[in-house]
Amino acid sequence: MYSSFQERPNHLDPVQSYSSNEVRFTGQIYEPPLQYHYLKRPYALVPLTATAVPQPVYLGADGERLPEDSAPEDVSWSVYDIHIQPGIRYQPHPAFAQDADGRPLYQDLDEHALGDIYALGDFEHTGSRELVAADYVYQIKRLAHPHLHSPIFGLMSDYIAGLGDYADTLKAASAEHTETGGDKGFLDLREYPLAGAEVIDRYTYRIKLRGTYPQLLYWLAMPFFAPVPWEAERFYSQPGMQERNITLDWYPVGTGPYMLTVNNPNRQMVLVRNPNFHGETYPEQGEPGDAAAGLLVDAGKDLPFIDRVIYSLEKEDIPYWSKFLQGYYDTSGITSDSFDQAISVGSSGEVALTDTMLEQGIGLKTAVSTSDFYTGFNMLDPVVGGYTEAARKLRQALSIAVDTEEYISIFLNGRGIPAQNPLPPGIFGFLEGEAGINPYVYEKTATGPQRKSLAIARQLLAEAGYPDGRDINTGKPLVLNFDTTATGPDDKARLNWLHKQFAKLNIQLVIRGSDYNRFQEKMLKGTAQIFQWGWNADYPDPENFLFLLHGEQGKVEHNGENAANYRNTEYDRLFNRMKNMPNGPQRQQVINRMMAILQHDAPWIWGFHPKQFSLVHSWYHNAKPNLMANNALKYQRIDPQQRAALQAQWNRPVRWPLGALLVILLAIIVPAWASYRHRQRQPAHRGSH
Amino acid sequence: MFAYIVRRAAYAIPILIGVNLLTFYLFFVVNSPDDMARLHLGVKRVTPEAIEKWKAERGYNKPLLYNEAVSGSERFTKTIFFEKSVKLFAFDFGYSDDGRDISHDIAQRMVPSLAIAIPSLLVGLLINISFAMLLAFFRGTYVDVSGVILCVALMSVSAMFYIIGGQFLLGKLLRLMPISGYDGGVDAIKFLVLPVIIGVVSGIGSSTRLYRSFFLEEAGKDFIRTARAKGLKESRVLFRHLLANAMIPIVTGVVVILPLLFMGSLLLESFFAVPGLGSYTIDAINRQDFAIVRAMVFLGSVLYIIGLILVDVAYTVVDPRVRLS
Repeated sequence: MYSSFQERPNHLDPVQSYSSNEVRFTGQIYEPPLQYHYLKRPYALVPLTATAVPQPVYLGADGERLPEDSAPEDVSWSVYDIHIQPGIRYQPHPAFAQDADGRPLYQDLDEHALGDIYALGDFEHTGSRELVAADYVYQIKRLAHPHLHSPIFGLMSDYIAGLGDYADTLKAASAEHTETGGDKGFLDLREYPLAGAEVIDRYTYRIKLRGTYPQLLYWLAMPFFAPVPWEAERFYSQPGMQERNITLDWYPVGTGPYMLTVNNPNRQMVLVRNPNFHGETYPEQGEPGDAAAGLLVDAGKDLPFIDRVIYSLEKEDIPYWSKFLQGYYDTSGITSDSFDQAISVGSSGEVALTDTMLEQGIGLKTAVSTSDFYTGFNMLDPVVGGYTEAARKLRQALSIAVDTEEYISIFLNGRGIPAQNPLPPGIFGFLEGEAGINPYVYEKTATGPQRKSLAIARQLLAEAGYPDGRDINTGKPLVLNFDTTATGPDDKARLNWLHKQFAKLNIQLVIRGSDYNRFQEKMLKGTAQIFQWGWNADYPDPENFLFLLHGEQGKVEHNGENAANYRNTEYDRLFNRMKNMPNGPQRQQVINRMMAILQHDAPWIWGFHPKQFSLVHSWYHNAKPNLMANNALKYQRIDPQQRAALQAQWNRPVRWPLGALLVILLAIIVPAWASYRHRQRQPAHRGSH
Repeated sequence: MFAYIVRRAAYAIPILIGVNLLTFYLFFVVNSPDDMARLHLGVKRVTPEAIEKWKAERGYNKPLLYNEAVSGSERFTKTIFFEKSVKLFAFDFGYSDDGRDISHDIAQRMVPSLAIAIPSLLVGLLINISFAMLLAFFRGTYVDVSGVILCVALMSVSAMFYIIGGQFLLGKLLRLMPISGYDGGVDAIKFLVLPVIIGVVSGIGSSTRLYRSFFLEEAGKDFIRTARAKGLKESRVLFRHLLANAMIPIVTGVVVILPLLFMGSLLLESFFAVPGLGSYTIDAINRQDFAIVRAMVFLGSVLYIIGLILVDVAYTVVDPRVRLS
């Protein structure tokens, strides 16, 4: 299979890899205990290396066992025992290589011994060993490693028992280790126990959490909780390894279906089938329609289907798109530049592939992203912020005036749906149809919900104290500031559009452009007034969206993810209740109340949830957008014979223009040569040159 | 000559210090160490502690230029500027902000850059000199006028158009060569043809016009008239006398850019996904990797100074009247 990467991933160490361009690799290599079912919707967790999805045991303050339905406030500890399948083995790796006597071959190296070794493939021998529960515990401890930067350490130290203190322990140990010139820079975490993660037996480990945190299960499906063998960390800690760019951050060691054999981010990264893969089969069940879509043809067959995946560096969209059309890439997204070439939009807004695409047998896959793109108000700002009725009405008026439907139509080619609140479709709590409509922005009509008129927005603005866009007390025009990093020429049209939206209410919008870092600084200090921001779900739970407006997440006060610095006591109370509830009618009820509060307060102009469009060639099978699973590669199948035949058919060189060029050149050269000869034969004349 | 070269090399030291200082200043005017940490650590769930930790590990937690917390010479040496700059003068580029060995990366990426730059330079020189001589030979005729118009037209087109147009025409429409990409060894050739063609064609307009003016200037001189008066064949006049003398400014112009060929082409490498030093520099700027930016600017400055010294030496080779003292 052929794919590409636009810029190299920063981290392939599972304790640090978080961005989508990182987990697209680590997700195929590392195996956390759980994974998402590839086909089922709503998204469901299923075991990966675990034998079952673990269920928590609740304990009281004195360690007594509590019933399953205990109220969260009664629970002091949640304990998860995770059993993993025996017999799973790591990919071949030099860290496990042993000599005939069973002694490690490459665990006692120095710079001299490394010689000409500059890549992992340069080591002659490799080995493997069985995955054990201790490897999972080792990785959980690595979240607190003083030399690593796990983005979830802060979050997890709030829950995993003793993790915060463990970081201090490791920091002190590391300092002592450095002073005493310990074992070549290797800090053996096995020597430092962690209360919140312990090995029960060879195939069982335990995670102990403070209070309740049901969302832990989702984290257990991410590479942060994948196993890391201590041998690998020791191997990479040896002198000279870092200097040669041989690190765990560069060469992952996993048990997954693929292993990274080439990591040259200047050019190419190659994933190859892991010969030690424990085996897994394609799901036999999906959601209705999957069988008809051919997604169950491979049910029960061994995974993975593809032997080798080559990712090439491709920095620009235009060459990528051209090469996709030539068949040199198997899948492609659709940029705005290529949208018209790929998609035709019908009169009622329905999308379909253009004839050109259909002739090539290209298929279209769409899905609404579990993402938010919104315009936020800084609630600490004296003009647009605050919780007075006047401030609310100002924000509601602006929410009506900014025509998101128009934005989606103009700038996204229709690839998005207007958001009614922070919850996108596919996430529990999202309400379909009229029930989910924001009543402060839309009104019910016979043809369905319609954005409220500008007259209503103007009325709200007047009630907010700005009749016709002027301050009722001073008579001065209302001037609002929009902070953005979008300052390039491509962004001008969008900014002009936004300016016009505010101008509908006679409000002057001042665009304050700054680079990303200045923008971040403004957000941290709370000096921005209106801004645009986005969020991509970590996991399919409403908590992962609604926490974006939780008071304890305020950007200014807590450096959290609540960029609007919104704080509503009732909302916060409901949030704390909702996050521990299982999905069901009661949770939906709580969420509905939270939505009503948010829509009334309007801390965001809710913006839109983008739609993902992706194209696949006819030889590419089993493609189904799964926005949560990061290990979907193993389910994909291609038909290389068909691809080769079509590539040859589509890419026959056209050579006649070369002949034509040659003729043109001759047509120029021959007269020139004749002229030269003519001049050479002319007799000399007075005054000639 | 040796003394001259040593003297010029010594002059280079304050220049390099100045360049380094300027790079440092410009970089940190735009970015603070906090910004760099934030960019490296990502946008989600980054805590102030993580930022401080990142800075401390890379030495960005010190003052930029002057450290008031210490005494004596350490006020200058315990600073980001000193610690990050002093090793450069020993060509120890150290590690990038994400821990990669910069010297190793430069050595790896130099090859693809040269693989485009050298053929582009040689083929370009051959075509441009030939074309310029042709125009000079037919000066004042329709060939000359058409040629000059063509050159002006070629000069007026932006580099981006050549790249996208070339990829579209030769790669997509005629399917004669890959649109972009790179491979190791001999397989690289098929990927290099298109960028080299585009590199050559995009330079024809300006270079040909420049070289034509060199040829015309020499063609009007007495020694050419004398050569013709002696009854030499036109080809001998052109190649033995005219070309040899016009080559002096051409060679000096080429020599000065020779060392800079190592630095690669920013646009071509980016559009053709060629992993050279040009794209390395651009990537580092985008990622706010000060270690790489400073190393590449330093390297570029050193190579430019070498180029200037080589030009002086080249003068003495191509023009015996010039003596270095």
